[in-house]
Amino acid sequence: MLLTACLIAVPVLVIVASLFQGFSPVWQHLLETVLQDYVVNSLLLMLGVGVGTLVLGVSAAWLTAMCEFPGRKLFNWALLLPMAMPAYIIAYTYTGMLDFSGPVQSALRAQVGWGHGDYYFPEIRSLGGAICMLSLVLYPYVYLLVRVAFSEQSTAVLEASRSLGKGPWKTLFLVGLPMARPAIVAGISLALMETLADFGTVDYFGVSVFTTGIFRTWYGLGELQTAAQLAAFLLLFVFVLFTLEQYSRRRLRFHHNSAQQKPSRIELQGWRGWCACALPLVIVTAGFALPAVQLATWASSRVGETDTAEFLTLVGSSFTLAAIASVCCLVIALLLGYGKRLHPGQLEHQAARVSSMGYAIPGTVIAVGVLIPFAWMDNRVDALMREHFDISTGLLLSGTLVALVFAYVVRFLAVSLQTVESGLARIRPSIDESARSLGKGPLQVLHRIHLPMLRGSLATALLLVFVDVLKELPTTLILRPFNFNTLAVRTYELASDERLADAALPALAIVLIGLLPVILMTRISSAATPYSSVRTQSQEGRP
Amino acid sequence: MRFSRPALRRFASALFVSVAAVMIGAPATYAKTVNVYSARQEALIKPILDTFTEETGIEVNLITGDDDALLTRLRSEGRNSPADVLLTVDAGRLYRAKEAGLLQPIRSEYLEQHIPAQLRNSEGYWFGLSVRARVIAYATDRVDPETLSTYEALTDEKWRGRLCVRSSGNIYNQSLVAGMLSTQGEAATEDWIKGLVANFARPPQGGDRDQIKALATGQCDLALVNTYYYGAMLQSADADEKAAAGEVALFFPNQDGRGTHINVSGAGVTTSATNVAEATALIEFLARPEAQNWYAETNNEYPASKGIEPSALLKSWGSFKADSVDVTELGRLNAQAVMAMDRANWK
Repeated sequence: MLLTACLIAVPVLVIVASLFQGFSPVWQHLLETVLQDYVVNSLLLMLGVGVGTLVLGVSAAWLTAMCEFPGRKLFNWALLLPMAMPAYIIAYTYTGMLDFSGPVQSALRAQVGWGHGDYYFPEIRSLGGAICMLSLVLYPYVYLLVRVAFSEQSTAVLEASRSLGKGPWKTLFLVGLPMARPAIVAGISLALMETLADFGTVDYFGVSVFTTGIFRTWYGLGELQTAAQLAAFLLLFVFVLFTLEQYSRRRLRFHHNSAQQKPSRIELQGWRGWCACALPLVIVTAGFALPAVQLATWASSRVGETDTAEFLTLVGSSFTLAAIASVCCLVIALLLGYGKRLHPGQLEHQAARVSSMGYAIPGTVIAVGVLIPFAWMDNRVDALMREHFDISTGLLLSGTLVALVFAYVVRFLAVSLQTVESGLARIRPSIDESARSLGKGPLQVLHRIHLPMLRGSLATALLLVFVDVLKELPTTLILRPFNFNTLAVRTYELASDERLADAALPALAIVLIGLLPVILMTRISSAATPYSSVRTQSQEGRP
Repeated sequence: MRFSRPALRRFASALFVSVAAVMIGAPATYAKTVNVYSARQEALIKPILDTFTEETGIEVNLITGDDDALLTRLRSEGRNSPADVLLTVDAGRLYRAKEAGLLQPIRSEYLEQHIPAQLRNSEGYWFGLSVRARVIAYATDRVDPETLSTYEALTDEKWRGRLCVRSSGNIYNQSLVAGMLSTQGEAATEDWIKGLVANFARPPQGGDRDQIKALATGQCDLALVNTYYYGAMLQSADADEKAAAGEVALFFPNQDGRGTHINVSGAGVTTSATNVAEATALIEFLARPEAQNWYAETNNEYPASKGIEPSALLKSWGSFKADSVDVTELGRLNAQAVMAMDRANWK
């Protein structure tokens, strides 16, 4: 387990190692001019997205997990849809709709007869706009994890609270939320890490944050080393943040010992039900329906011009890559998460933490962290083979899909690991102990008890990574083999040339393929509630 | 650890599948191939590479990506890198590639005869293949072109709050400032940037097309844009874009002085190249009339080769005098330009 963690931590360590290679005079310039801006804007962006995803994600999760209202089953999965929307794409579509020359403001001007400067309209291309865009597509991380946590919470605990005279609101704040804390933290930290790594949205909106600073230093100033050092500081910041959070809940336990029952939902009838229905409706409309309609409108004008066979190849390669990467991530996350449960030592803990840091760094920087060790290894092997056997092996792994899948694991392990860990945290250790005392080995415990109980979390982990890889751009762009394209690459190339209408079709395809696993996983995780399967398993376990 | 074995096995089989995918994905083999790392995106290079394959029987393998990311890949792959040709969309990156020892000089009579000396490296490390001009776009109903003259004059007070331009993170803005540095020196350039920033109508945002749209809707009266975006909007299938471009015209500044700022897209043969002859053939092909005209027709870029006429649309904007500064200078001064923009607070 340690070995795996170390292997995955290599690219991150390559970046951190840049800190020991001396600081160039460019630092002086950065400190004097732009660095302060980068830091302040990044912190504001994180704060905004943190609050945004918390409010949207938790309220949506509470409603769908704990309440009964019209359309609940539909929203159960519809609330996941915005996840399939790459952040920079939603930024493009909203800019298309809301900026000064877009249809909304144009219609407003035509109606009222205003001209430029006669009225106030919030500027979409701003820090606030970036916070809205990122919150809209990132809240599903919080929603997914927290919903699983809520629905696995025993109603006994919640009913105890109700019977002690606390209303549903107080129950939410006093019992539901505190008990779901690992899931909430996991969800928000995923959202925040992705926020820190985002480049497309902030760049398009002209907001100078840390990530844009990294690229400016690399591309503009030609200082890859200083850029890597900036990224390393970003990593340290994230690391400290997580360590603090872990420390603050070091004595807390989030599992409970009451009998687990299928939760009974609070019935919301009449106007309450419709109010409850309005919230997810607004979220899904803003985060998915509106931008999707805009994309479809753009795409419809281009359908005839697309080469179908080529397009299908793109779909196929995107899908395969995402499937392979999500399975790899899940297996490794289980390995690390479970290893930590069996050996809760400091070393295991930190190894898992470091290996999942890749999520907070911009993909291009991670790609460099992957490129360097892979190419170094390939070149060493080549040199050895030439020396001893006079054969040139060339580059064995660099520039193949193996390097690419490895990079995905480095980048997205955090997603599956957080999900698996927050699932494991809710399983009482006494269950492990009883099973072990009945003579079952750790592997059997995992297979017969944990895996069935974790089904929801595992499905979630698969789904999240799948969709993330589908949307992933910068790593794919730089590490892919010759003549290999994905939908995200195609979308980006067209969008970066400001050909939004042409980019709409591949973007729409990403969204649609992202829907498949969303629907599939919802079926899987709702078909069998974890509790029923646990009960049969533990009954079988009896002598 | 005991339970890790099946997990590893699964991982291994997944890896196997992916390796197999690469094998199966390997394209049909031609006798000769050339491998290209291109910062020019696929849609803007693949069709002409296909034509090259048809005419010469040399297969082209292609990876596209950001300039500097491709340079980093090339550098870390070292002498085993499969790349033969590096294509970039900016002279600065060709300069960087040469400085990093990633390019090798080639001799080609055709290229030396046809590409003007100012648009290529004198030792044959790289060759410019198309020219992009950064010009002033103006709203035809509010600006009299007689009042426009130079980039320098854009800092005049009469343009206060009337100028739109994208962020300084953009390479074309960086090149423009680098060109200014090369001719005017550091102090004058920094004053110029400050004056420009003071005249901004809004914080820098969006791409070049967005600046042209902002002209059409009256958010600003002047903008700095690359010519080919304007051309693409005029030919756009989107009626709104077309209409927006219709309300805007281009002005080529500094015609009485140093000339309008230009940058080039270009190519060089990599140090690691194993197919040098094929690589040279490809670059020569890209400098021939067929390819040069294709650039002009599909992306409204100006041809780099001597004696080739620009497309009808480009001609309709009039001919212009291009800045004669060596484009290599743009690369050398790029970092300095970014720092100057940082200091003068061009976001």
